[in-house]
Amino acid sequence: MAVLAGLQVIVSRSPIHSAIGLVTSFLAIAGLYVLLHAEFVAAVQVLVYAGGIMVLFLFVILLVNLRERSVWRPRPRTILQAGTGLLAIGAMLVLARRGHWMDVQPGAATDASVGNLEAVGAALFTDALLPFEIASLLLLVAMVAAIVLARDLGREGRDVGREER
Amino acid sequence: MSPMPVPPGHVLVLSLLLFGIGILGVLTRRNAIIILMSIELMMNAANLNLIAFSRQHQHLTGQVFGVFTIAVAAGEVAVGLAIVLALYRHFDSIKVDDVRLMKE
Repeated sequence: MAVLAGLQVIVSRSPIHSAIGLVTSFLAIAGLYVLLHAEFVAAVQVLVYAGGIMVLFLFVILLVNLRERSVWRPRPRTILQAGTGLLAIGAMLVLARRGHWMDVQPGAATDASVGNLEAVGAALFTDALLPFEIASLLLLVAMVAAIVLARDLGREGRDVGREER
Repeated sequence: MSPMPVPPGHVLVLSLLLFGIGILGVLTRRNAIIILMSIELMMNAANLNLIAFSRQHQHLTGQVFGVFTIAVAAGEVAVGLAIVLALYRHFDSIKVDDVRLMKE
């Protein structure tokens, strides 16, 4: 299901349909995280991806793509690129078959006495404390950069922005 | 609790397919927003691998790393979409073919 939705992302004509495919794919992957006993990551996935990132995408689609229909017309170069990509996928699949990925047995069940959220939180704030702080700094920098990029564009860009407001 | 554990090999193949779809999208589409979405698909595929191996090895580092990946992806999408908006205001188009200032 995740793969089908992912396919919809790249073949559909309207970006809105692509966004719907993307959010379906995200939700399917979140379900898979639950099956892999990573409930915390599943919750974060739903909140951040299916919530925040999709809202961002939809906003930008609404701001940008009102009249423009992007049609998927194949050209020789496109076919070449698609061939390259398909070749890469095929090679990876062959490698996967030869590496006997499928024969790996699933690991033993996790110790269920400690909840997944508690365990991840403890690891996050003890072992990975420095990366955690760095990630928060990175998010701050990204936020400032996004605001500056989307707003400060010289005279004509500023006028356009004012009209939209 | 899932009644049957998910075999990690199947998860890896699924993530491989998702990554391949992302590569195809980046290579073939010319719409900048769709290219960003394809990049998101690839990041999700990598994340899926992290979680699968975290489960396989009974180690939480994979999950912690997955959370970091999601944070980085969120920042990347914010900046990327801001760039797309700036491009649109500058060129009146979000096709990556139309942006060739450094070529001319």
